[in-house]
Amino acid sequence: MTRTTQWIYGWLLLLPAMALLVLFTHYPAVATVWQSFFSTPKGSRSAVFVGLENYEQLVADEVFWQSLSNNFWYALGTIPLSIVIAIVMALWVNERIAGRGVLRLAYFTPTILPMIAVANIWLFFYTPEYGLLEQFLGLFGAHSHNWLGSKSTALPALMVVTIWKEAGFFMIFYLAALQSMSPHLAEAAAIEGASRWYYFRRVTFPLLMPTTLFVLVNAVINAFRLVDHIVVMTRGGPDNATALLLYYVYEVGFRFWDTAYAAVLTVVLLVILGLVALAQFFFLERKVHYQ
Amino acid sequence: MVMQPQGVVRGLETAAAWLLGFLWVLPLAYAVWTAFHPAEFSTRFLLTAPLTLENFARAWDAAPFARYFFNTVILCTMVLVAQLVLVTLAAYAFARFEFPGRNVLFALVLVQLMIMPDVLIVENYRTMTLLGLKDTILAIGLPYMASAFGIFLLRQAFKVVPRELDEAARVEGCTPLQVLWKVYVPLARPTYLAYALVSVSYHWNNFLWPLIITNSVEARPVTVGLQVFSATDQGLDWSVITAATLLSTAPLLIAFLLFQKQFVQSFMRAGIR
Repeated sequence: MTRTTQWIYGWLLLLPAMALLVLFTHYPAVATVWQSFFSTPKGSRSAVFVGLENYEQLVADEVFWQSLSNNFWYALGTIPLSIVIAIVMALWVNERIAGRGVLRLAYFTPTILPMIAVANIWLFFYTPEYGLLEQFLGLFGAHSHNWLGSKSTALPALMVVTIWKEAGFFMIFYLAALQSMSPHLAEAAAIEGASRWYYFRRVTFPLLMPTTLFVLVNAVINAFRLVDHIVVMTRGGPDNATALLLYYVYEVGFRFWDTAYAAVLTVVLLVILGLVALAQFFFLERKVHYQ
Repeated sequence: MVMQPQGVVRGLETAAAWLLGFLWVLPLAYAVWTAFHPAEFSTRFLLTAPLTLENFARAWDAAPFARYFFNTVILCTMVLVAQLVLVTLAAYAFARFEFPGRNVLFALVLVQLMIMPDVLIVENYRTMTLLGLKDTILAIGLPYMASAFGIFLLRQAFKVVPRELDEAARVEGCTPLQVLWKVYVPLARPTYLAYALVSVSYHWNNFLWPLIITNSVEARPVTVGLQVFSATDQGLDWSVITAATLLSTAPLLIAFLLFQKQFVQSFMRAGIR
C-alpha cells in the first residue's frame, strides 16, 4: 500500500465517527462559549451580543455560588469515601472470605441499577415516619426527621446514595488490579515477617496507584455529570441546598428557558472538566508511574 | 496464602464484610419487600404477610410501560449497532494506518472522555431542534454514537493483533476492509462483548438527556417513563411506585444475575486501559 492510499484509508475510516464527534462534542463545546456572550432570544427579539453581561450576572448570582460550593462538598464528601470503601471491598472479596461470591454480588449490584431507580428506592428509604431509616432510628427513640427536607441533612443524604452506588463500581477496578498482582510479593513479605498493614501501605497501595488515578478521574467527572438523583429526590431543594452545577444548568436552561445564562453556567462546567484533564496529564500522570 | 489473617481478626473481618454486604443489599431488599406485599405491609415486616403481584399489575396498567420498554430496546439497539460500526472503523484507522494529523485527531477524540454529551445539553438541544429531530428516539442516541471510550478500547485491542496475521491476509489478496472483518474483528471479540455490555447498561440507565429531548410516550425510554409515572401525583402508594421501579430495572437486573461473570469481567476489561 502506498503512502497516499494509507492516508486516504485512514481519513475515510475516521470520517463517520469524527463527523459525529464534531457535531455533538466539539461544536457544542465551542458554541456554548460563543453563546455565553449573547442574550437569550425572547419572542421576536433575537439574541444580541451583550459582551460580559451574562458573566456579571453569574458573579452576582448567589444560587450559582451555592451550587458550585454544593458540588465541591459533594465531590469531597463522596469521592474519598467511595474509594476507601471500594479498596476495602476489593481486598475482602479478593481473599478467601466465607461467601465471597455472594458478597461480590451484593457490593456490585447497585452499579447495574439506573440512578433514577436507585433514587426512587432511596426516596422511600428516607421517607419521614414511614421509611426504613426512620423506623430503625425510632427503635432507639430518635425523633422523626425529614432527611431530604431539611437544609442540613439533604446533601449528606444524597452523598450516601452516591457512595452506595459507586463504591461497588470502583471495587471492580481494584479487584482487577489486585488479581493481576504477583503472589510472590505477598510470599516474600510474609517471609520477611511484614505485618498486613505494613504490606498494604508499602506494597499493595502503591501498586494500586494507577487504578486509583483512573478511579479518581472517573469519580470527579461523575460528580459533575450525574444529577439524575437530584431530579428525582430533591429538585435541588430545600432552598437550593442540593443544587449541583449541572442540575442548575438543567433548571435554568429547561425550566426557566434562559439559554444564554445556561450557556454561561455550562462554560463553568467545561472549565472545571478541562482543569481535571490538565491535572491528570501534567500532575498525576507523572507521579503514579511506578515501574 | 501466607498473608491471610488468622483467628479473631479473621472472624471480625468476615463479620464486617457481611455487615457491609447486608447494608448494600438492604435498600434493594426493602424495595423487593414493598413491591411484593400489599400496601399495608410496606412498612411492617411480618413473615406472615401475604405475597401479591397486585402492585405490578397496577403499575403496568397505570402507565404505558410496554411502549417505554420498546423505546428503550430500540434506543439501546440503535446506539449499539451504530457505535460498533463507527468505533470499529475509527479504531482500525488509529491502530494500523499512518496518516497526517493522526495524533491531533486522536487527541480530539479523547476530548469526549472528559466532556461527555451529558454536560452539553443546552447546545445539543438547539442542534436537535435545528435538525427537526426533537422528541425522537434517534435524537436520544445520536450524540452518543461516536464514542471516544469505544474507540480507545478497540484501538488497544487492535494494536495487540500480530502484524503477521494482517500481512498474511493481505498476501492472500484481502482488501483492508476484508482484513478488518476477517482478522481484527474476530480477535477482538472479548473487547466487543465488554463494550457492548457497558454500552447497553449505560443507555438503559441514561436519564437527563432523554428527559430533556423527549416529550411524548412514543419516544420516552423507560427511565423517563418511570419518572413521569412516579412524579405525577396520582395518589399512588409507594408499593406501586416501587413495583414500577423494579419492573423498569428487571430486564437488566435479570440479565446481570444470569451473566454475572461476563458482566463483572466486562466492566473490569473496560476499566483497564
